[in-house]
Amino acid sequence: MSAEPRLVEVRRNVLKQNDLAARALRERFHAAGLFVTSVVSSPGSGKTALFERTLTRLRARHRVAALVGDLATDNDAARLARSQAPVRQITTGTLCHLEAAMVERALEGWDLDTLDFLFIENVGNLVCPSSYDLGEDLRLVLISVTEGEDKPLKYPTIFNTADVAVVTKIDLAEAVEFDAAALARNIHAVRPGMPIFQVSSKTGAGIDEYLAFLKGHRSPSDGPRQSPEKSKWTPA
Amino acid sequence: MHELSIALSIVDMVEEESERLGGSTIAAVHLKLGALSGVVKEALLSSYDLACEHTILAGSVLVIEDVPIVVHCPRCDARRPVRSTQCFCCAECGAPSADVLEGRELLVTALEIRS
Repeated sequence: MSAEPRLVEVRRNVLKQNDLAARALRERFHAAGLFVTSVVSSPGSGKTALFERTLTRLRARHRVAALVGDLATDNDAARLARSQAPVRQITTGTLCHLEAAMVERALEGWDLDTLDFLFIENVGNLVCPSSYDLGEDLRLVLISVTEGEDKPLKYPTIFNTADVAVVTKIDLAEAVEFDAAALARNIHAVRPGMPIFQVSSKTGAGIDEYLAFLKGHRSPSDGPRQSPEKSKWTPA
Repeated sequence: MHELSIALSIVDMVEEESERLGGSTIAAVHLKLGALSGVVKEALLSSYDLACEHTILAGSVLVIEDVPIVVHCPRCDARRPVRSTQCFCCAECGAPSADVLEGRELLVTALEIRS
């Protein structure tokens, strides 16, 4: 029979390795003057469609690139390649979220100094991605008008860890009797003050305002970037 | 469902700590789990046993301490619990707050080690 166990205090963050990798990425991104946005949502909320719009529109004046995460296939990367922006697929296998080390590997060979904006599409999942910092400046959570206005209450953690909410497929709002005020109320219940945009990647409605927000958060000089929490800016 | 990878991270870390502390087997791992950590307690507990198999943690117990959400209330200018995870407002005065001070923890705080 072994002796009674002794109690030893340790204080270690379980996700320390990911947090360290994310911190290193964030430092690299800042040094390169690269503004990084990650996007989380349920499967089918319109992440890839929004990316298509975003990349195509920003490419006119900025140097943009994207990483897209999925469990399998490179369909999304193929679809986004039509925007002519550099795109890489991260295939996670069975993993339900992206981790900082995967982002780091996916960036290999890219000269970050030659980019202004990087977009990272997380795996479609409203639960697991919330635990993992990817070194991004801004985390967008997407919710389409077809998903139900109470979704933020069902998945408070992911909404709470996001910086901005983007309501997609607004062109379908009338058909599904979407209640914008109820959704805003629920978003603000779990994340007071979070900016909300309404867009249609199909018609382009609301895209200007959303892009202006992204550009506003990316400092034009090499100076320190405005963090969303400290922004005085609030959407109309 | 990412609790298995979280459990495997716990096992890796504890093995490392145990080696440093000169332990041979682990009787228990104490974990602080925040309500906003994105980790489901029940799923973590069942993944934990699986992750511990054939390691020095086999047969050990994961002791989880739930950490409720605490925000800074701008109106009270104090640390306050929130009404619920569906309502990020001060439990005392009702002022909304997104300034989370506690509740994101996923922290191993102590080990029970046999030498």
